[in-house]
Amino acid sequence: MEGHAGRTERGGGMNDPSMAVEAQSLTKIYGSGNVEVVAMQDVSFALANGEVVALLGPSGAGKSTLLTIIGLINTPTSGKIRLGSDLVTDGPVAKVNLRSYRRRFIGYVLQKANLIPFLTALENVQLAQEINDISGKPARHRAMELLEYLGVQHRANNLPYMLSGGEQQRVAVARALANKPRLVLADEPTAALDSVRGRQVMELFRTVAHEQGTTILVGTHDHRALDVFDRILAMEDGKLKSNYVNGADKELKVS
Amino acid sequence: MNLALRDIRHNLSRFSLTALGIGMLLMLVMGMGGIYQGLVEDATLLVDRIGAELWVVQYGTRGPFAEISRIPRNLEDRLRAVPGVKNAHAFVTYVVQREHRKKPLRMQVQGLSWPGDKGEWLPLVAGRALGAAHFEMVADKILGLHLGDKVALGKDVYTVVGITSGMNSTGGDGMAFFTLLDSLAIQFDSPGEAIRLERSARRSRVGRIDFGKTQPTLLERAELPSAKLPAIARPAVSATLVQLEPGTNVDSVVETLEGWADVSVFTRDQQKELLLRGVVDRARRQLGLFRGLLIIISAVIMALILYTLTLEKVHDIAMLKLIGARNSVILGLILQQALLLGLLGYILAFYAGKWVFPLFPRRVLITSEDLLSLALIVLGISVLSAILGIWKAMRVEPNEVVA
Repeated sequence: MEGHAGRTERGGGMNDPSMAVEAQSLTKIYGSGNVEVVAMQDVSFALANGEVVALLGPSGAGKSTLLTIIGLINTPTSGKIRLGSDLVTDGPVAKVNLRSYRRRFIGYVLQKANLIPFLTALENVQLAQEINDISGKPARHRAMELLEYLGVQHRANNLPYMLSGGEQQRVAVARALANKPRLVLADEPTAALDSVRGRQVMELFRTVAHEQGTTILVGTHDHRALDVFDRILAMEDGKLKSNYVNGADKELKVS
Repeated sequence: MNLALRDIRHNLSRFSLTALGIGMLLMLVMGMGGIYQGLVEDATLLVDRIGAELWVVQYGTRGPFAEISRIPRNLEDRLRAVPGVKNAHAFVTYVVQREHRKKPLRMQVQGLSWPGDKGEWLPLVAGRALGAAHFEMVADKILGLHLGDKVALGKDVYTVVGITSGMNSTGGDGMAFFTLLDSLAIQFDSPGEAIRLERSARRSRVGRIDFGKTQPTLLERAELPSAKLPAIARPAVSATLVQLEPGTNVDSVVETLEGWADVSVFTRDQQKELLLRGVVDRARRQLGLFRGLLIIISAVIMALILYTLTLEKVHDIAMLKLIGARNSVILGLILQQALLLGLLGYILAFYAGKWVFPLFPRRVLITSEDLLSLALIVLGISVLSAILGIWKAMRVEPNEVVA
């Protein structure tokens, strides 16, 4: 497995190579005129390599909108996103092939595991690599390694319906990590799990982030496991309200 | 990793049932094509097998298959005198429906010009060709007769001495081959009462006129066998078949015969054309149109099945797009399943057809050309029907899985 990549100073400025993700003045408006809805307004932040960050907020706060924009599924109405040193979107204009970037640099964990139902746990993880042109023994080896790392290697040849919710979510995490992404985005990953398993998944994110140097941004409205995060971004009404370093009682500047 | 095969493996029973349904549908398409080909084959079979270069029929008719033709039997003697003609013999054809073992026996009677034509050219699968001038017959197996069976037709009983295979008429009736005289006897079997009445009428007419009283031989003629009574004498034949000397210019013989006022003449190809354009034309077109409709229906059904299969996978497709799968991965999933469905359906149709088609009452002729064209059609249908599913898949947004 990859070694731990040390955490860097958080909240760095634009085009800082130590930053995994930099978002600048992101705004998303749906519709226009009388039906215009401002889903997100002027959101800026940066995530360092190997950092695990919670994106906190009630339903409708704009967490999912932000995650889909950072995850290159949607484009912002205005604002810029950088992944590492690459400018990927400038307003609604994609500067790179978003699908290709998603494939290579971003992993996703969603509320439900969303495993492909006709593939085994191992094949689900392998598939993510095959999509990224890694196939055969290396892909199988990496997939098995990840399943072992996440403690579900005994389920490798089981179809998703044979797995418990927690096991499915672990396989989904393995799939998200399969291509050694710079960034893993998780949207309410514990919503379908009980509190014990939910916490296990959150701790798993922390372990993965710190051990593998992967930046993880977790959208959640569950306050019970916030202690596992390095930092907490709080959103409300489409705006970033606070940016706390966990345990340091230190609030970073919210632009 | 082949997603299409893994999806099929996961839903094997449903996929198998779907393929079975498609296979049955394709078997109908295949069968319809086979019936069409069988019709064409049946229509031209006799003309091809007999192998006569020219068919001479009643003037102004398109006989003997397209319409009734009657020409004198002795026309064959005139034809033999034409330069370039190697041989000519009379030919009789008609359909009868009689009873045999208390079941209807419908057959196309063919009269062969014994002894010149004993039917050696027939595709015999059992027994032999005709070996006697009377009371023997060669029957096609579709008639359900067996060697040695005795069949009563008219006043006489005929013994089955040979069995053929695949000798059907355009109407699907099995053919039965007799000597020319026997075939005429079967067709124009005059009841004894008709003969007695004719003799009585002759005697009465002769008795009423002075000439009859002075010429007693006229009265004697009334007592002649029925075959020699003019009113009920053996009728004309259907056609006369002509074979030419090797190297003879067909056109010159045709030109000669066209100069005769009482006959029309057709070459073998013209006779086949008459059959295909006339006798079986409507049935052929109807089958062709029906086959076309079945192909369209198959395409629509396959498209709907693939569209439904795609709809069921919308969530998975969205997930694949989210993790960055190229369109080719998704396109391959749908297209490969469509092609597999088509291939499996085609194989099922082929083997089910091999089992079912021989049970059909009419000939179902599956040619290799038909199989190839159907394979191409199935390929086309599979690709076309996959397009609807692909169109749906391409419109799936990755954020659908997030929602």
